[in-house]
Amino acid sequence: MLPVYIIIGVVVVFIVFPFIITYNGLVRRRNQVKNAWAQIDVQLKRRYDLIPNLVETVKGYTKHERETLEAVTNARNLAQQSASAGAGARAKVEGELSSALSRLLAVVENYPDLKANQNFLALQEELTSTENKISFSRQYYNDSVLKYNNQTQMFPSNIIAGMTGFKASEFFEVTVATEREAPKVSFT
Amino acid sequence: MLGYFLGLYFFGSPTGGLVIVLVVWVLMSLFGYFQGDSILLTMSRAKKISRDDHPRLYNVVEEMKIASGLEKMPDIYIIDDPALNAFATGRDPKRAAVAITSGLLQKLNRDELQGVIAHEISHIKNRDVLLMAMCSVLLGTIVILAWYGSRFLIFGSMTGSRRSSSSGGGGQAQIIILVVALVFMILAPIMAQFIYLAISRKREYLADASSALYTRYPEGLASALEKLGASTGQLKSANQATAPMYIINPFRKKGLKASDLSSTHPPISERIRILRAMAGNSFGDYDQAYLQVHHGAKGIMPKAAEMAVGATPLAATKPETKVGELDETQRARETSDVMWRLNNYKTITCNCGTKLRVPPGFKEPKITCPHCGRIHPV
Repeated sequence: MLPVYIIIGVVVVFIVFPFIITYNGLVRRRNQVKNAWAQIDVQLKRRYDLIPNLVETVKGYTKHERETLEAVTNARNLAQQSASAGAGARAKVEGELSSALSRLLAVVENYPDLKANQNFLALQEELTSTENKISFSRQYYNDSVLKYNNQTQMFPSNIIAGMTGFKASEFFEVTVATEREAPKVSFT
Repeated sequence: MLGYFLGLYFFGSPTGGLVIVLVVWVLMSLFGYFQGDSILLTMSRAKKISRDDHPRLYNVVEEMKIASGLEKMPDIYIIDDPALNAFATGRDPKRAAVAITSGLLQKLNRDELQGVIAHEISHIKNRDVLLMAMCSVLLGTIVILAWYGSRFLIFGSMTGSRRSSSSGGGGQAQIIILVVALVFMILAPIMAQFIYLAISRKREYLADASSALYTRYPEGLASALEKLGASTGQLKSANQATAPMYIINPFRKKGLKASDLSSTHPPISERIRILRAMAGNSFGDYDQAYLQVHHGAKGIMPKAAEMAVGATPLAATKPETKVGELDETQRARETSDVMWRLNNYKTITCNCGTKLRVPPGFKEPKITCPHCGRIHPV
């Protein structure tokens, strides 16, 4: 009788427990990836909400920047409409919005009154922070994806991942070449 | 810490005294563990801020919360002290707090501030507060046991030598054991202290590496550490027990440069060199930089840390134009405004440009500007 108990004990300790622990680890990592993806959405939405206020403030001080302001507003509306599109399309429109904003902020350098305005400075800080947060949430998403993919692909957890249907996730990569370039500002 | 229970040692019966001392020590540690953050924050007269009090600081902390994956936003405190320092506290990530001195807040630009905050947040994320609390409990227990052990031996050998004078050979072995045990008992507290400090230093390296990983910009922390290293003012409210949680050693003496075995933090110049030698942003890159600076020492990063994370930054890191970035004078003014407001002073700006600071208990309905004489309603 005793040898049977020993065998059962060995099976439980060396096979069942590691299986449970690895499986839970995979679940936890996959949920972290999903959560990180949702966080990116939160930050993108914050940006949509901030932009109209920014455009109004700048409009009051600048008489000749209509085109730049319109570009920002259009890019923002387009991005908001594409909120339910796939990751690739989204990255593209969001990237274009970021470029439009950079151009606007570069233009503001010519208006010392605007630069000194407290309202504008507060908005500026909020915008910088939102851009950073979008960047950091994408970074965190990619970090989470890396950890999850490592778990699904490295031995021995890949056996369990294969058995229980955990697949690797995609990185949120910059697929659009234009987004990698620093925005060029021209005053012609 | 050490002085405290040395005072408790002079107790009646040995075993009873030992038990009581151990119990008291564990209770004190538990108390410190559970109440430590609020005690620490009250001791340093730290003032909690909300998002509106200091948007830039709040945003920087929130950005680091996102980058590190912390679940809950930590509480943010400002300490009214011109010394440059910052610390993190909180026994688990859900009950965390970050504090920074007003002196540091006005000295650092946004990138440097972000590096410092990232370092503090990584202390929270890596559970260093918990780890150091456990280590100090262990250290205290070892010291207590060593002290009592040595007393037992002294008593024991005195009574034993009277009784075993008949058995000659057995007595000699006993004396050898006695001597060896005595040596260990003297050395154990010293060794334990060194190990505690070594652990503290290693966690500091890990926090620096984590800061580079979260911000993807090690130069931010490096440049902040440079400014920190140049200052020599001592932080008024720090004490021995809380020293490991500060970003730099609050007790450093002027001009102390060499790697110090008795320090809770690695030397600043070395930390800066490692950060600047990093080729990328991951833990693996930090390890490489460490080996480069130390010429063939063992690596410093824990093997379990996933090395490749952070190898590629996501977007072009730092833009050249810094619209809206404040220079040092503007930051000093901003910090001073914040501190006045946190202390419940109202600020009235007169037309001549003078800022009138009205104390909280001011009862008069009107106030006169000392510069130009205009009268303002309060």
